[in-house]
Amino acid sequence: MTDTTVREKPASAAPQRATKPGGPIGARIERKEDARFLTGAGQYTDDVALPHQTYASFVRSPHAHARIRALRVDAAKGAPGVIAVYTGADIPQSVGGLPCGWLITGSDGKPMKEPKHPILAQGKVRHVGDPVAIVIAESAAQAKEAAQLVDVDYEALPAVVDVRDAMRKGAPAVHDEAPDNVCYVWALGDKAAADAAFAKAAHVTTLQLVNNRLIPNAIEPRACNATYSRADDSYTLYVANQNPHVERLLMTAFVLGLPEHKVRVIAPDVGGGFGSKIYLYAEETVCVWASKLVGRPIKWTAERGESFQSDAHGRDHVTRAELALDKDGRFLGMRVQTTAAMGAYLSTFASCIPTILYATLLAGQYRTPAIHCEVTAVFTNTAPVDAYRGAGRPEATYVVERLVATAAREMGIAQDQIRRRNFIREFPYATPVALTYDTGDYEACLDGAMKLADVAGFAKRKEEAAKRGKLRGLGYSSYIEACGLAPSNVAGSLGARAGLFEAGEVRVHPTGKVTVFTGSHSHGQGHETTFAQVVAGRLGIAVEDIDVVHGDTGRIPFGMGTYGSRSIAVGGTAIMKAVDKIVAKGRKIAAHLMEVSDADVEFADGKFTVKGTDKNVPFAQVALTAYVPHNYPLDKLEPGLDETAFYDPTNFTYPAGTHICEVEIDPQTGETKIVAFSACDDFGNIINPMIVEGQVHGGLAQGIGQALLEACVYDRDSGQLLTGSYMDYAMPRAADFPSFRVDTRVTPCTHNPLGVKGCGEAGAIGAPAAVINAICDATGAKDVAMPATSERVWRVVRENQGRA
Amino acid sequence: MQPFAYSEPTTLAKATGAAAANADSRYLAGGQSLIAAMKLGLSAPAELVDLARLPELRGIKVEGNGAALTVGAMTPHAEVAASMEVGARIAALAALAGGIGDRQVRNRGTLGGSLANDDPAADYPAAVLGLAATVNTNKRQIAADDFFKGLFETALAPGELIMSVTFPVPKKAAYRKFRNPASRFALVGVFVAQTAQGPRVAVTGAGSRGVFRVKSMEQALARDWSAKALESILVPASELQSDLHASAEYRAHLVGVLAQRAVAEA
Amino acid sequence: MKIPFSLTVNGKPVSTEIEPRALLVEFLRGPLQLTGTHVGCDTAQCGACTVLVDGKPMKSCNMLAIQAQGANVTTIEGLAQGDALHPMQAAFRKHHGLQCGFCTPGMVLSAVGLAGQVKQPSEAQIREALDGNFCRCTGYHNIVKAVQEGLADMTA
Ligand SMILES: Cc1cc2nc3c(=O)[nH]c(=O)nc-3n(C[C@H](O)[C@H](O)[C@H](O)COP(=O)(O)OP(=O)(O)OC[C@H]3O[C@@H](n4cnc5c(N)ncnc54)[C@H](O)[C@@H]3O)c2cc1C
Ligand code: FES
Ligand code: FES
Repeated sequence: MTDTTVREKPASAAPQRATKPGGPIGARIERKEDARFLTGAGQYTDDVALPHQTYASFVRSPHAHARIRALRVDAAKGAPGVIAVYTGADIPQSVGGLPCGWLITGSDGKPMKEPKHPILAQGKVRHVGDPVAIVIAESAAQAKEAAQLVDVDYEALPAVVDVRDAMRKGAPAVHDEAPDNVCYVWALGDKAAADAAFAKAAHVTTLQLVNNRLIPNAIEPRACNATYSRADDSYTLYVANQNPHVERLLMTAFVLGLPEHKVRVIAPDVGGGFGSKIYLYAEETVCVWASKLVGRPIKWTAERGESFQSDAHGRDHVTRAELALDKDGRFLGMRVQTTAAMGAYLSTFASCIPTILYATLLAGQYRTPAIHCEVTAVFTNTAPVDAYRGAGRPEATYVVERLVATAAREMGIAQDQIRRRNFIREFPYATPVALTYDTGDYEACLDGAMKLADVAGFAKRKEEAAKRGKLRGLGYSSYIEACGLAPSNVAGSLGARAGLFEAGEVRVHPTGKVTVFTGSHSHGQGHETTFAQVVAGRLGIAVEDIDVVHGDTGRIPFGMGTYGSRSIAVGGTAIMKAVDKIVAKGRKIAAHLMEVSDADVEFADGKFTVKGTDKNVPFAQVALTAYVPHNYPLDKLEPGLDETAFYDPTNFTYPAGTHICEVEIDPQTGETKIVAFSACDDFGNIINPMIVEGQVHGGLAQGIGQALLEACVYDRDSGQLLTGSYMDYAMPRAADFPSFRVDTRVTPCTHNPLGVKGCGEAGAIGAPAAVINAICDATGAKDVAMPATSERVWRVVRENQGRA
Repeated sequence: MQPFAYSEPTTLAKATGAAAANADSRYLAGGQSLIAAMKLGLSAPAELVDLARLPELRGIKVEGNGAALTVGAMTPHAEVAASMEVGARIAALAALAGGIGDRQVRNRGTLGGSLANDDPAADYPAAVLGLAATVNTNKRQIAADDFFKGLFETALAPGELIMSVTFPVPKKAAYRKFRNPASRFALVGVFVAQTAQGPRVAVTGAGSRGVFRVKSMEQALARDWSAKALESILVPASELQSDLHASAEYRAHLVGVLAQRAVAEA
Repeated sequence: MKIPFSLTVNGKPVSTEIEPRALLVEFLRGPLQLTGTHVGCDTAQCGACTVLVDGKPMKSCNMLAIQAQGANVTTIEGLAQGDALHPMQAAFRKHHGLQCGFCTPGMVLSAVGLAGQVKQPSEAQIREALDGNFCRCTGYHNIVKAVQEGLADMTA
């Protein structure tokens, strides 16, 4: 049985500052962080200016693949303002390569190929933008000018940028260690069972799909500022990063060999990440290393052109997918073969994205009894590919939902019917691809989305559009995601080289005000508000009396950071556990004050009360007593009220929902407009609906951007990046979207105390398939490649005249 | 950005004099193309002669009882877009100016800068050519048909300064732009006008040698000013641009569709 | 060679000398330490650097500081009156029109610069008018709502 709460009104119609029974949890509270962002008082990494500041500029490869014959730096060293120039040759042998945090073991039992990823190129460059040297100068302009004087003699080598080309016999090898460019071949699921399902199928739907390469494009470019202190032989690194503790661990333990406790990593205000700021990058590592040599702080801020060339990209899959159905449209089996680009080097989590976060999601919301997926990961002469909002799950949803929609059309079954016929309805449900869904109600979200989208009125709208010479189409996408990364033991058995718990500390001050320290990081998600709401709700104090600190290894016990929609489910739970400890201790103090036994004291609404009486002490008095322990059980209890908790989840969480996109196409030009987009999602319990809706909107824009506008394109011959600026990479603008219609249904997560699942990626996961399915519906095409540019749509309209 | 000398002359003579004195100098108008190019190291002039303090280069004048409009070279796109005079007489020109780049760019970018720059995907060249306008410089008057010489190439001599552009008021005109979704420049832009000398059709964004006229369409429109008259006319794709954003074939198709829509709208 | 440079920034007169090649954004973020104006690109497209020059939104990354000679420049730091947010700032906060906050200063100033341009702009007009500002976080949905209300409040 699932506990389904259906809210009738769309969430957006709720009052602005409603305080529900139960306090601030569930309320649309305005964000605490906004005051500084709205007045220009935010402190992003580039805003941090340190005494004796110097500036760095990187010399980068103009070639996709080349041998470095010679490197001359004298002219650059002699240029005005230059303090130092370092190349790969200056990096000591003891410095390691940038590590990959997830070991994938191939189907052949062999570990993935892990060629070294040097922090400055050694002997060879492997993608356009590969850093070759760092120039440090008194000003950013001087560093940049001097960088142009570094003379590199390259011997250009043949390059491969497309996974299909990289797999060809005789293709140039990106790394000598992987002569066939294969990093690993990995599989999941029962192949024999899947083959048997296809053998008895009444219908088979087959699709060849390309999941287009994307560039994350957080509007704040990557940046860092590294400084060394001779006084205590320690380093401080400011960096635009989503998980400073992981950054520090990887940098100190695997690359620079520095004592971890001598390095403090601060991720101050961070202007968006979407995955691209999870990773340990070469630039900040080089700056930390060089900061001791130059004895002054070194700042580097990427120009947008550098971001295009060197941020980890997302997606880039080529897939063949098949769905087997019986005569009634019930799914019997699925077979998927995917080739996934890794880029030139393995980025921090690259290897687990097209495997652990992809193949495991291929069951979607459906009872498909047999699934088999084989993934070949391939090196190419491009920027590395890693997690970008959704990370593997958008690719999986795209495969599943394109297959389902296509099968329905081929078999003449209505889009909602084929889904209803196959939905999982009993929980917990163990999929054939290694996950166990704890709870959900997929039909509730489907119905909710159909209502939002006014599916009933669609035929009329289509007819009206036809009168104006326009084509209309409706596309469904029922996605699922595995969030709340992750049970460490499960992740470890799958190859993770780190734990995936989260830490939280709750420090109650003598006056009863609270500072919360979280290992999770906010770069737009609003933790300072949401986490304060969670604590305020439990402690019965005002949200304004709670401050949330994040992004500083010097202040926070530990943390794994923000990605995979894990913050509230894992980070929030860690904080709740710490709050539980505070309450437990507070109860003992209160019992002492009221001279009753601990068991007789209960805590609610900010008061410790003797059960069955109105005798109580308020929370603030208990806090004061903890720090002024005059009347205190010192023999049994330590003074102070400050607790830390680590939380390791027992399962993933499984947000799910249905998105419905309505498009209108101008058949003469192929121009495609999203006329409506409806999303009904189940994120479990919701702490702040305003923030959740914002997360959905942002994700949808990125998902629709992938479907209609965005593509990272490398020239197939030269390996040059053709979309190296916003002149050629189409970023979504306001006029590319309608206002979104969003709503939620709630089945609380069964295995965390808040009942939350996470909402950060849903939009980006669900939207692409919904958009493409809508275009196919409007045009009658079986497929249209993403991004569905006007030219592509114009072509499919011509090829499919009369088929819609 | 490379260092450069900067002057801000307050008389025309000083401006042209400064330009003449230094072959490596460039005029600075809104800077929306020039500064962007200098930042990327694509242009490195030794001296910038800022035209901002020359009021004679600004403003919009109605000429000869409303037969023509003269727009000063330093008039920003936003001012042309919002101008009542332009809106009332050549609405297509106001609409074109209002569709250039984005709002911030339109607040700075100027007519003179756009024409001198002659980006093959810029909008103004289509209007200048489509309306048979005259480019007035400090030295001479240049007919639109003689002004555009290819990609980023114009008839301007070194140091020659665009003062204004005179647009004859047409009987009818319209501009249809299909935007490049990334840059917002024209993937294809078609300007059609019914002028005193007959119909003109100018295309920007598509040509492999910059803005051009489609004579076959003009002839068809001379016989019959209607969208239908253009239906069977194809612009040969072989003369059009093929790039990341669109094939020549698609651009050729768009020229036809946009021309028909522009005629219907005019 | 530095040249004399005077202008008004957020209501305060500033007189100094600058190199002609200094961009307006470099001048604001550097010597004036007004770091609320952000840089998000190198091709004058993202709008994160938008400031008001004589009331009009312009991209401070794509103009020389010297081109603002004698002008009245407003940055995000100059909008609020003490602790009281400008109506546009307040509307962004109320409607959750910002997430990471990086695009926000440019977005807010661009929106403020719309005041008086069109009376009660429609949603579509607002979306068109934001053509010079990228936001990667919000999907623009709440920004549009905020701008609509902010403009109404500015004229109220
Ligand atoms: C983000 C962005 C988007 C854009 N989108 C579009 C678009 O969609 N459509 C479009 O058409 N344009 C677009 N542009 C270009 C814009 O219209 C520019 O304003 C225009 O191309 C140049 O005008 P300017 O006044 O800024 O000239 P500047 O950049 O100052 O100068 C450009 C060139 O013209 C020369 N020059 C300037 N004035 C004169 C003069 N009076 N006489 C002789 N030479 C002169 C300069 O020396 C320089 O070589 C865009 C620009 C940007 C930054
Ligand atoms: S920084 Fe992107 S437009 Fe100015
Ligand atoms: S709020 Fe992050 S880019 Fe707009």
